[in-house]
Formats: sequence, C-alpha cells, structure tokens
Amino acid sequence: MFRYTRATLVIEIVTIIAAIVMLLPFWILLVTAFKTGDQVLKSSAFALPGQPTLQNFVTLLSPASSSSGNIFAGLGTSLLITGGTILCLIALGSITAYVLSRTTRKWGNRTYYLFLIAIILPTQLGTLPLYIGARNLGLVGNPIGMILIYSGQLLPLSVFLYTGFFRRLPREYEEAATIDGANRLQVFARVVFPLMSPATGTVAILAGLICWNDFFTALIFLNGTEWQTLPVVMYNYVGSLVSQWNLIFAVVIVSMIPILAFYVFAQKRFIQGYAGGLKS
Amino acid sequence: MTATQGRVPAAVAAEPAPARGRRTGPARVAYGYWWWCIPAVLLTGTTIYVTTVSGAFFAFTNWSGIGSFDFIGIDNFVRIFRTPELLGSLTNTLGLAIGYLVFSNVIGILFALALNRTLKTRYILRTLIFMPVVLSPIAVSFVWKFIFAFDGPLNQTLGAVGLKGLQQDWLASPALALGCVLTVMVWQNIGFVMVTYLAGLATVPPELEEAAALDGAGTWRRFRSITLPMIQPSIAIATTLSLIQGLRVFDQVAALTGGGPDNATQTLASEIYQQTFTYQQFGFGAAMALMLSALILIFTIAQQRVTRDRTEIGA
Repeated sequence: MFRYTRATLVIEIVTIIAAIVMLLPFWILLVTAFKTGDQVLKSSAFALPGQPTLQNFVTLLSPASSSSGNIFAGLGTSLLITGGTILCLIALGSITAYVLSRTTRKWGNRTYYLFLIAIILPTQLGTLPLYIGARNLGLVGNPIGMILIYSGQLLPLSVFLYTGFFRRLPREYEEAATIDGANRLQVFARVVFPLMSPATGTVAILAGLICWNDFFTALIFLNGTEWQTLPVVMYNYVGSLVSQWNLIFAVVIVSMIPILAFYVFAQKRFIQGYAGGLKS
Repeated sequence: MTATQGRVPAAVAAEPAPARGRRTGPARVAYGYWWWCIPAVLLTGTTIYVTTVSGAFFAFTNWSGIGSFDFIGIDNFVRIFRTPELLGSLTNTLGLAIGYLVFSNVIGILFALALNRTLKTRYILRTLIFMPVVLSPIAVSFVWKFIFAFDGPLNQTLGAVGLKGLQQDWLASPALALGCVLTVMVWQNIGFVMVTYLAGLATVPPELEEAAALDGAGTWRRFRSITLPMIQPSIAIATTLSLIQGLRVFDQVAALTGGGPDNATQTLASEIYQQTFTYQQFGFGAAMALMLSALILIFTIAQQRVTRDRTEIGA
C-alpha cells in the first residue's frame, strides 16, 4: 500500500502549485528589493528587475545614510536582548526544572503548577502594571530591564520544556556520579548539563524566536529610546517612507536575513522544536 | 499492531525505578538544592502574577498612570459596552480569532495530509511552507501591504486575468480590510499548524490504515474513523493555540492598517494600546485588558473541553 501511483502524482503536482502560490510573497519581496523606485512603478510586481540594483541596500546601510545607524543599532540591540534572554532562560529554567522534577516533596509539584498556570495566563493584563513598575525602577528603555521582562514571561515555557526532558532522563547517571563522590553542583554541571542539550536547543529556538520577533512589548518598553529592537526600528523607518516599496523591502530583507540564515542551517531543529516542544 | 506492542515493554524497561536507586545507593543521591528555584520563581512571580493581579485591580479605577485615582466600580466596563468603536473592536477580534482558527487549521491539515508520506518533494515543501512561521509578523505584514496596495500585485493579477472590475484599494475599504488582516495572519500560521498535525500523523501506524483499507474502507472513511481520532491531541493543541493567538492579534493590525480605515480593523489589543499609551487612560485600558484576558481564558477552557481526548496529551 501507499505506493506512488498516478493519483499520488496528481496530489504532488497540486501540492507543489499550492506551495508556489503560498510562497509568491517571498518572490515579490526579493525582486522588488532589487528594483529602482521607477521600475517598481512601471514593471509588473512579479517581473525580474531589468537591471538589478543594489542601490536600495546602499541607501539603507551605507555609513553616510541617515538610516544605517538606526538599523545597525537595532540589530545590535535585538542580538543583545535575545541572547541575554536565552542565556537567562537556559541558566534559570534548567536548574529550576531540574530541582522541581527530581524532588519528591509536595512543594515541588505545587511550584511546577505555578509555572504551568503562568503559561496559560494571558499576558495583556499584566503589561500595563509591568510598564509602571519597570518605569519606577528605571528599567524602561533599558536592555537589562528588557531581558528581565522577557525572561520572566518566558521562564514558564522554559521550565515546562526542561521538566518534560528531565522526567524522561534516567536517574542512574546522577546516582553513579554521587557514588563517585561528586557534590550536587558537580552532578548538575558535569553530568546533567551536558546531557540536556536537546532540551536547551528547543528552549533557545522557541524563546529566541519569540524574543527576536516580538513587537508589542518592545514597542511599549523601547519605542523612542536609544535601545530599540529591530522590529521597532523597522516599524518607525517604514512609517517614514511613503510607499517607497523598493526601500521598504530592502529593510524587510535585512531584518529577515539573520533568522532565515539560521533557519536554513537548522531547519530540522526549528521544526522539531515546534512539534516536539509542544508534545513534551 | 505488533510494532506498537513491541515498543511498549522497551519503554517501560528504560523507565528508571526511583525507589531502587535510593535503596541501593550508599548515600542520599544529591539532586540539587531547593533554593535553586528562587530566581525563576521570583522573576515569574513578579512579571506575571503580581502584574496580572494589579492589572485586574486597576481595571476598576480611573487611574491615568500618574498621581492618584478613585475606585469607579464597573464604570469602565459600562463605558466599553456603550462605545460603538470598542464594541466594533470586540466583534472584529472575535471574527479574526474564529476565522484564523478555521482557515489556518483547514489549510494546515490539508498540507499535513498531503506531505505526510509518499510525495517525493515532501521534505523540501515542508521546510518551505514552515518558513513564514519563523519571520517577524511586522516584516511579513509590510510585504502584504504592498500586495494589497492599489498598484500592487493583487490588482495587477486581477487585471491580467480580466477581472478589472474587482480592482480596488483593498486596505482602504472598511469592508475588506479585516479580511486582508486575516489573510496575512492565516498565511503565517499555516506552517505551524501543518507541523503540529504532521507530528500527530506520525503516530498513526500505517498498518492500521492498511488493515482498514483491506476491510474496504475508503479514503474519507479511513480519515474519519482512524486518522482523525488518533490526531486528537494535535487538533487540541493547534486549535487552542490558534484561538489564543487570534484573540491577541496586534502586530498585523499595527503594520497593515493601524486600526483603520475608520476603525474597521481595530482589535481589542490595538485598542488597549491606544487607550493606554496614546490617551493615557490606564484604568480604562486595564478594563479592556481584563476583558480580553477573560475572553482568552473562557475560550481556552471551552476549547479544551470540546477537543479533549481520552488519552493524555503527549503521554
């Protein structure tokens, strides 16, 4: 059964056509970014640029232009905040999940439920008081404040993913290390930590994407400050361009490149991260 | 069937026996200290629990974000239901969320069924269809804004196939702008839904379908009676997450229409942002946020009831 028949071929062709239609926006994005403003108005949106030009990217990124400073700063801020948050989530999420999944006491389970409920709880309601609190502590418009906020909001997800992993991890490794005389910190750092890299990968990819692409929180906490993340920079920059699609698409491509490059190299892990992360 | 049965004892054997370790070990095995949990509990406690509770508190006040405030009971909520613009944002949000759930799940499951096995191009197509998921909604929305523009590709295509009469400024039409926002949202979610269903489909043993086919069950019958019940956990996850994301929609609205034309695409999240940060009405914004949160909770719980399965999710 399930051999490759003529019907399968028909399904394959239909699916490929559907996928091509679905991916057309990428094609439009790509060809438009290499056209001049004049060509965008005159040629079909699907047509290849007559003479591909890099002018849009030069306008955008050359040190002389007014936008390049903002874009590179946004890139740097996004990297800093996303990286800091991922490190925080790995460090705090793993040790918390480890203790919660290994303890046999009641408080362990109760604390775990605290994190589980926090995943379902909608964040909208807390955003306003969080803003007031952060403002009073001087954490608005500040990358460290942003890392703390993202970490706090994403730790439940991190703890949940790590707990699923540790519950499946046999305890024999730790028992052996303890017999060999390792203390608790050594058991975790030398034995458990190297074993947990699959879970760490899932946490880093899921939480990293949420952070990197987040617009709502970044807009509220960072808009108008010197620490704007890339989505906020892009939003403001596009707002200042009136329908200059060739330039807009150049910004959009610049903002997509880091993620897409990462995706091409690790697409299996991305997809598994989403599917496996939800299952565990 | 033998394949599945063979797998169970192996899994049980790999499962550690916690009691045995404690009995045979010479000392108590050290599994970390309880205080390792403190930083995470504090961070999550303050950023999620404390803020949510105080948000609910401010929903019953007229606080402007600075200075003193008064308790005004349920006045904020009365005002929400007396303002046509806000009621409009409520219906927009519900419409978007339900449309998002239905369309992304139907298209997503079709792609998942097509790309589950046999197709030669299935791996590359999965990768490509999933690609929009990883991108920022803001960036994606800008691309679509051009597609919907008056001199954009959509109108060009309509003109080329002889449907010039349908050409219009899509995002400027109050009747159509909401549909445009929905299209962009669905487009970006299809890959995620597909992957969720593919994970579910991978658990359906081909032998089972084969046996049913030998017994004379057609494609539709096999899908209804075997595949659908077995991917129940995936359905629960994909629909619940779609519904939650749909109710929270903000980015696409901000980038595509800014809530316009004439508030035709305002959603609860975009109104919350406007009332709170543009008009400085913290109490009123909090009341709307409380309403949105209540909606999300109610829908999530209802959803779990409807799609609940006899087997534990991810067991």
